[in-house]
Amino acid sequence: MVNLIVELSKFTLLTLMVCYTLHCLYLVHAQAQGDTEISTALECLLLFAIDTVAFIVLYLKSGDRMVVFLYLGMMALFTVIMVLYHLLYPFSSRLLLNNTCCFLSIGLIMLARLDMEAAWKQFLIAVGTCLLCLAVPVMIRRMRFLKKLTWIYGGAGVVLLAAVFALARTSYGAKLSLMGVQPSEAIKITFVFFMASLLWRRVTMKKVLIATGVAALHVGILVLSRDLGSALIYFIVYLVMIYTSTRKVLYLGAGIGGGAVASVAAYHIFGHVQERISAWRDPMAVYENEGYQIVQSLFAIGTGGWFGMGLYQGSPQIIPIVKNDFIFSAICEELGVIFAICLILLCLCFFMMILNIALEIRSPFYKLIALGIGTLYATQVFLTIGGAMKFIPLTGVTLPLVSYGGSSLVSTLLMLSIIQGLYIFREDEDEEIERLRREALSAKNARPFFKRKTDAGPRYRR
Amino acid sequence: MPAPDTAGEGVRRRNRNREYTLVTAFFVLLFCSLAGYLVYFTVFRSEDFINSPYNTRQDTFADRVVRGSIVSSDGETLAYTQVYEDGSEERIYPYGGMYAHVVGYDSNGKSGLESEANFHLLSSHDFFLNQIRNEVKGLKNQGDTVVTSLNANLQATAYYALGDHRGAIMALEPKTGRILAMVSKPDFDPNTISQNWEYLIHDENDSSLLNRATNGAYPPGSVFKIVTALDYLRSRGSFEGYSYDCGGEITVDEHTIHCFGYYAHGEEDFYRAFANSCNCAFARIGLDLGAGSLRKTAEDLLFNGKLPLSAYKTSTFPLTTDAAAGLIMQTAIGQGDTLVSPAHMALLVSAIANDGILMKPTLIDEIRSSQGEPVKQTRPVEYAPLMSAGEAQALQGLMEQVVTAGTGMALNGRGYTAAGKTGSAEYNEEGDSHSWFVGYSNIEDPELVVCVIVEGGGAGSESAVPLAASLFDAYYYG
Repeated sequence: MVNLIVELSKFTLLTLMVCYTLHCLYLVHAQAQGDTEISTALECLLLFAIDTVAFIVLYLKSGDRMVVFLYLGMMALFTVIMVLYHLLYPFSSRLLLNNTCCFLSIGLIMLARLDMEAAWKQFLIAVGTCLLCLAVPVMIRRMRFLKKLTWIYGGAGVVLLAAVFALARTSYGAKLSLMGVQPSEAIKITFVFFMASLLWRRVTMKKVLIATGVAALHVGILVLSRDLGSALIYFIVYLVMIYTSTRKVLYLGAGIGGGAVASVAAYHIFGHVQERISAWRDPMAVYENEGYQIVQSLFAIGTGGWFGMGLYQGSPQIIPIVKNDFIFSAICEELGVIFAICLILLCLCFFMMILNIALEIRSPFYKLIALGIGTLYATQVFLTIGGAMKFIPLTGVTLPLVSYGGSSLVSTLLMLSIIQGLYIFREDEDEEIERLRREALSAKNARPFFKRKTDAGPRYRR
Repeated sequence: MPAPDTAGEGVRRRNRNREYTLVTAFFVLLFCSLAGYLVYFTVFRSEDFINSPYNTRQDTFADRVVRGSIVSSDGETLAYTQVYEDGSEERIYPYGGMYAHVVGYDSNGKSGLESEANFHLLSSHDFFLNQIRNEVKGLKNQGDTVVTSLNANLQATAYYALGDHRGAIMALEPKTGRILAMVSKPDFDPNTISQNWEYLIHDENDSSLLNRATNGAYPPGSVFKIVTALDYLRSRGSFEGYSYDCGGEITVDEHTIHCFGYYAHGEEDFYRAFANSCNCAFARIGLDLGAGSLRKTAEDLLFNGKLPLSAYKTSTFPLTTDAAAGLIMQTAIGQGDTLVSPAHMALLVSAIANDGILMKPTLIDEIRSSQGEPVKQTRPVEYAPLMSAGEAQALQGLMEQVVTAGTGMALNGRGYTAAGKTGSAEYNEEGDSHSWFVGYSNIEDPELVVCVIVEGGGAGSESAVPLAASLFDAYYYG
């Protein structure tokens, strides 16, 4: 009987997810068209339904009472966050907030199925970070000096990464964490701030060279620490930010060319790069060794098929480090490829929401910050999903908000709070422009012999 | 309302945003390619990974599905699962050892079709109301039925014809690649494999578990003259104008090759030399062609490379360009260090019979639900062209002569036409040899390819040709 419910729930979940995704695509489209009167009530309802169905199945299959507590905790967290944002920041982006909750939900559902303890840990970190991050939007608004700290960002990044390289122990072939924390996650933020603070004003050749040097230091240390995924992410963020601020395709070409030469060099110098490439080319041939992970991941995706095996019906736990790097494969196996395609589209929506926000910001500094964070997010998603399905070689990065991992979760939530702050700040910016206009107009009107029929009126307000 | 300055700002802003739009477009493209690849993988590639013997996920299906049956193309049940009243299950193979290698076994690991079709056997496409009823009652669903291309009559003929000899027989349709019979001896009883497991895995003398048809490694003997002939054709353009005077033996660099039974064939053209299986002529041809040329042609014919099914053993052709004359002569007549599987020789001749095109060999015709509804059907697929149609037809001409006036004359006058090549592959210093035949019936429109090897069976015409004849008889007369 339970199997019957699981089987039915599989299709229910798929239907709900497809509806959610289509609705989200529609909302992003509406947002890009400048429609501000969009209602996200349906989104919340669908999200609530997805969580409820999934957790009923989790409880029926596991019989673990912790599942119920986790469900209640999650619902409480989402409600509190949505209500608090509504009260504190009425101009915040609901769309961004709802989708953050959606990714957290999908991650917690999969984690609860794979490892209840990990799910709880992830949940508690999410609670703490979400509450702390409530202060971030207002801080971003107030801290006008942020654009002046160029060298603090750059210095902190390089020093911390170097410390990890010097002190960290090697796990899964890479040096990542210091006392359980992965500094490279936090340094993603300082790196974006460094680039933005350096490049927001008129960009000179000297600045480009400085940016290139500091970026090269970051990337170089990461490559030496064998954290290839992060190295690639930093490199792409660097390229995108240089390109958008200089608006010169030449830099983009030079960067890609340099990156290609560096990749070929890395392939010949580092054995672990060769292993990754050989596992990508023909994983079956090296099944016993470096190919094992990716082959298990492909077994999971293939066996799951379009509709998935249903929660608890597959064996995603066979894939090594499934909770971190291969959560996408576990989702494919148990929730289905259609669900996974929806997830890819949602990640794309999420990226476009961030970029839409970047488009609307006028302050060049904050604009670059939003762009950098959006690029970080999209690159990371592409690397982890592409790696799990052997579209590109494996780089060992996590799926933001979905994968297990405290450092990644904290830094992603922090970035999203910054984006929310920028979104709200954009409203302020409009208000400020309006105020300046009014002042100018009243000054003009004050002139006795300059008469002009004018109706400045309130500028459009979003 | 807009004053000139705001309009200017609008233009600037739009320009400024162009780069942002490009970056967005770039990532949209990346994400769409991700989704596209996932669809591509699921549609085209996932099958290979699902059916991989390394994929242990399938075994968890067995908790909810009763393993399906395997049947022959003419409806005989080759394997089924008996469910007893207490819920215990037993896999039963009604034909015992007859299908031991090709159908395989399902305990102590898996082999043959039991391994290859594991996913289908453990997937249920039962009528959905039945599935719901089973779920409610807590019963397992019935797995799908695998309909093989095997023909029960041909398989039985091959099995009994080989008798107590060691060796292998494989029969397939050259135009479709459907395998109709595959026998390997010595065999074993898959019904009792668990009880006999320790004995079977340690019995290196018999190696009964080895499927000799697909994974045996034999010297090809004179069957290899097909390859040498093709290489000759490629370098000279035609078999016409060839002439050789066979004196029964040939000596080059103090290395002597002699014809079977020291028989001197006298003056012969290419067709006679091939039909007589004249070692002296072919050793001379091989020397003239050279090791590099022979190797190139052998590799075109899938030596040293992947065969169409991963479970098939790769045939090895280790001859290098610096080889001595003696080894080149040996290799050209199929001795030397060359090792082949019977399946590879059967595929090679099926490509010749099919005017050069090798069809992908298949063992599964169809997957059906337990109610008999079709789930999935196999269609004939071209694997690769191994040679041009002209080359294939020239080789067909050679092989016809073998039957009409050569070592395969026992296939004459049986109511059907045939072509082929015999072989006697020496495997020890005493001159004992394995008996080979590989050929096809109905030369106008080839219908059945048969490959036979009898270990220690002497000359090809002694053991292998009569066995092939009994298979062709069974195919045409039942």
